[in-house]
Amino acid sequence: MRVKLKQPSVLPGFGLTMGYTIFYLSVIVLIPLSAMFIRAGSMGPAEFWNVITAPRVMAAYRLTFGASLIAAVVNAFFGFIVAWVLVRYTFPGKRLVDAMVDLPFALPTAVSGIALVAIYSRNGLLGQYLEPMGIKVAYSPIGVTIALTFIGLPFVVRTLQPALEDLDVEVEEAATSLGASRFQTLRRIIVPTVLPAMLTGFSLAFARAVGEYGSVVFISGNMPMKTEIVPLLIISKLEQYDTAGATAIGVSMLVISFVILLAVNLLQWWVARRKRGA
Amino acid sequence: MSIEVRNITKHFGDFRALDDVNLSVPTGKLVALLGPSGSGKTTLLRIIAGLEQADSGSGSILFHEEDVANTHVRHRRVGFVFQHYALFRHMTVFENVAFGLRVRPRKSRPNRRDIADTVHELLRLVQLDMLAGRYPSQLSGGQRQRVALARALAVEPKMLLLDEPFGALDAKVRKELRSWLRRLHDELNVTSVFVTHDQDEALEVANQIVVMNRGRVEQIGTPDEVFHHPQTEFVMHFLGDVNAFHGRVIQGNVQFGSLKVPLLENRQQIVGDARVFIRPHDVTIDTKTNGLPAIEARVVRVHSAGPLVRVELLTSANQRLISEISQERFVTMNLQPDSKVYIRPRHIRVFADS
Amino acid sequence: MANHTTPWPAIGEKALVRRLLIAVSLGFLTLFLFLPLVTVFAEALRNGAGAYIASFNDQAALAAIKLTLLVTAISLPLNLVFGLAAAWAIAKFEFRGKHLLITLIDLPFAVSPVISGLIYVLLYGMHGWLGPWLTEHDIQIIFAVPGIVLATIFVTFPFVAREVIPLMQEQGTEEEQAAMMLGAGGWQTFFRVTLPNVKWAVLYGVILCNARAMGEFGAVSVVSGHIRGKTNTMSLHVEILYNEYNFVAAFAVASLLALLALVTLALKSLIEWRSRTAQHSPFVPTSSEEESA
Repeated sequence: MRVKLKQPSVLPGFGLTMGYTIFYLSVIVLIPLSAMFIRAGSMGPAEFWNVITAPRVMAAYRLTFGASLIAAVVNAFFGFIVAWVLVRYTFPGKRLVDAMVDLPFALPTAVSGIALVAIYSRNGLLGQYLEPMGIKVAYSPIGVTIALTFIGLPFVVRTLQPALEDLDVEVEEAATSLGASRFQTLRRIIVPTVLPAMLTGFSLAFARAVGEYGSVVFISGNMPMKTEIVPLLIISKLEQYDTAGATAIGVSMLVISFVILLAVNLLQWWVARRKRGA
Repeated sequence: MSIEVRNITKHFGDFRALDDVNLSVPTGKLVALLGPSGSGKTTLLRIIAGLEQADSGSGSILFHEEDVANTHVRHRRVGFVFQHYALFRHMTVFENVAFGLRVRPRKSRPNRRDIADTVHELLRLVQLDMLAGRYPSQLSGGQRQRVALARALAVEPKMLLLDEPFGALDAKVRKELRSWLRRLHDELNVTSVFVTHDQDEALEVANQIVVMNRGRVEQIGTPDEVFHHPQTEFVMHFLGDVNAFHGRVIQGNVQFGSLKVPLLENRQQIVGDARVFIRPHDVTIDTKTNGLPAIEARVVRVHSAGPLVRVELLTSANQRLISEISQERFVTMNLQPDSKVYIRPRHIRVFADS
Repeated sequence: MANHTTPWPAIGEKALVRRLLIAVSLGFLTLFLFLPLVTVFAEALRNGAGAYIASFNDQAALAAIKLTLLVTAISLPLNLVFGLAAAWAIAKFEFRGKHLLITLIDLPFAVSPVISGLIYVLLYGMHGWLGPWLTEHDIQIIFAVPGIVLATIFVTFPFVAREVIPLMQEQGTEEEQAAMMLGAGGWQTFFRVTLPNVKWAVLYGVILCNARAMGEFGAVSVVSGHIRGKTNTMSLHVEILYNEYNFVAAFAVASLLALLALVTLALKSLIEWRSRTAQHSPFVPTSSEEESA
C-alpha cells in the first residue's frame, strides 16, 4: 500500500492552514536562522575556530555557562522546596505566592535588570550591607548569577508542581508503614520519582540563562574578560561592525542551545516511555 | 430511503477492515450491524455516513439507488449519532439541537421562532424539554444520548446512523433506552442502522441483523433467522452459548457417543469428521432413560441463581458440556453434584466451514 | 502560619519542619521576586509622585509607549492567526512529520533574544543578504520599525500555537465531524464549534504573547538602532534613561512595564482558575508555557 503523507479526513482546510503555517514559519524562523548558518559556513573553519576560541570569547563562555549552571543548581534546590510547599501545604496568601512565581516570565528583562542593580549596587537596599562585608555583587560574577537565578526560577517550580501533584500518596503511606522515616521516604521514594521533572526544569532554567541578556547587562558591568556574557559580546561585535565575529559566536551559542533542547526532549521522551512501560 | 452497499473494501495500512462487503437496507428498516470489536462494523457505518472513504475503486454506496461517492458528508443528510455523542460542550442542549438549523444557508434557514418550535418539539420527543438550558456536562449518559439523537433528527435526515448507541451507558439505562429507541423508530419510520457488539441489543431492537466478523458479512437475516438458523460457526458462537464437540457425520446423522442424531438442517454435503454444536437449552436431561437412546453423564456443578439453571455435565466419554433447564425441572429432578443423568441433544448443528 | 490539618496524617512532616520549609520558600521568593518588584516602584517614587508623573511628560517617553503599542498591535494578531492555523492543521489532521513541525514551531524559545535580533540583521541589515537590494529600493528594515516588528514576532512566535495545539489535539475531531454532518461548512465549524472550545487557551496564549511583545528587550535592542523618539520601545527607553543616570524616569517607565506584568499575572491566574471551574472547558494551561522564553 502506498504511504500517504496525509490521512484522508472529512474536515476541510488542511491545505490552507498547512500552507500558511509553513509559509509563516519559513519567513519568520527558518529562512533567517538558516541565513545565519550559511553566513557562518562561508567563513571557513579556521577563521570560525579562531573567532570562537579567542581569549575574550572563552572568558565570556566560562562566565555565561558557569553562572548559568550555578543559577540552575540554586533553582533546582530552592525550586524543589517552593514547589513542595505550594503543592503540599496550605498557608495564607498561597494563591498569591503561586501566581507570583511566574513574575520573571512576565516582567520585562530590562526592568528586572535595573531593579537588581538598585538592590545590589554599593548604596542599594542590600548592597549597602553586603559591600562592607567584602561581598561585591553588582558588577561582578555574583551579580550575573543572581540575575540568572531570578529569570530561571519559574522553570523548576513549574515543571515540578505537576509531578509532585501526580505523586501517589499511597506509595508514601506504604513506605511509612514499612518503617521508613520521613527523610528516607523523601530520599528513596519522592526524589527518584520526580527526578525527571527536576532535570527537565533544571535544563530549561539553564538553557534560558545561557541566552539571557536584558536582566544581566545592567548588573554585570560588562568588563571584557571579567563580567562580559556571551550575548553581550555578540552585540558589541555587531556595534563594531564585526558581523562575521557576531555570526560565529551566535552560531556556536545556538548549537549549544539546540543540544540542550534536544537533551530535554530526549529526557521527556525517555520518561514518557518509561511511564508507559510501567 | 434505502441504502445499498456494493463491494466495499477498506484497508487501514495493511489491515483489511472491510472485505468486499455487500448489504442492502430497505426503506424504513431498523438494521443492526453486529460483531465483535475489529469486525469492521463501525468502519462500515462511517463509510455509509461519508466520514471514511472506501478504498478507491472498491465499490459504491447508493442512497435510494443513487451513488453518493461524490456527495460530501455535509450534503448527505445523514443523521449520525456518535458513540460518545460528540455533543458541542460549549452549547446548551437547546443550542446543540438547533445547530443544524442555524448553520443552513440564509435562504433555507428557518426563522428563530420556527427553529425554537422545532427544537422544543424534538426535545419533547426525546423527553428532555425540561433540560433545554443545561450544558452537556450537566447531563447523565442516557440524557446525552437522547440529545445527540434529537440533534441528528433536527435536520430531518434521510437516514439515521448510530455508532454503539448504548455502548457507554450502564446496564439499566441501556435496557430502558433500547425499547425506547424501538418505539421511536416505529413512530418516525426513518431508515436506521446501528452498530453494536451486544447480541441481546441487536436481537431485541433490530428488524434485521447483519452479523460481521473480520471485515466480512457472516449472515444477514431477521433476529429469528440469525438466532435459530445460524449459517456459520461464527454466528452460532456469537449469538448465545454453545457446546462444541468433535463428531462424525454419517448419512445426514451425527454420531454422538452411542447416539445418532439427525442434522437439523439439510446438510448432506458434510461427511466424515466435523465439529458439532449444541445450544445449552437444546440439551435435555433426565434421571431415567425412559427407554430412549441417551448418553450417560454425571453432574459436575449447578448454577441455580437465575431464570434458568445451568448444569455442568461430564459424559461417560469424558466430554464436558453445559445444559440449561427450567427451575421447575431442576426441582423435580432434584439434581445434586455427582448425580447420574441421561442426556439427549435436541438439535445439533454442523457447519461446512468448520 | 502553617495549616495544621494536612490531608494525609500518616505521612506529613512535623509541624516544625513544615514551618521551616514554608519560611525558606517565602524567604527565597521574597529575595528573588518581591524585592525586585517592590524596588521598581520604590525607585520610581523616590522623589515623590510629582517627579514620577513628570517623567511621562516627555516626548521621547510617549513616543516609546506609542511604538511599543504599535509593534504589539502588529505582531500579536499575526501570531494569533498563525497559532490558530497551525493548531487546526496539526490537531485536526494526521500527517507525516507532525512532530518535526511542532519542534520547529517551538524553536524560537530555544534561541537567545540577541540571536533573534542578529538573524534579521544578517538578512536585512546594510551588510546583510538583502541589504544592497533594500538600500537600492530605499526600504529600511533594520534600525527601523519593520525590524523591531520582525524581531518581536520571532520571540513571541510560539506562544499562541503551543497553548492551543495540545488542547485541540486532546479534543479530537468528533465535534467537528458532527457539525459537518449537520450541514455546517468549514468556517462555520471552526467559528461555532472549534474556536469556542479552545477560547481559554487562545486567550491565555494571547496574554503571554502580549506581555512578551511589550516587554522584549534583547532582540529589539539588536535591530532598533536606539534612535530616540523613533525606534525606541519602552524597554529600550528604560535602558537609555538609566544609562543617562536619569534613574527616576527610568524606573517610572519601568513601573509601567511592571504593572503590565502584574496585570498579566492576574489575568493568567484568572484564566487558570476560570478554566478549572468551568464545567465545559477542560483547558489546562501547559505547565511550562514560557519554556525558555
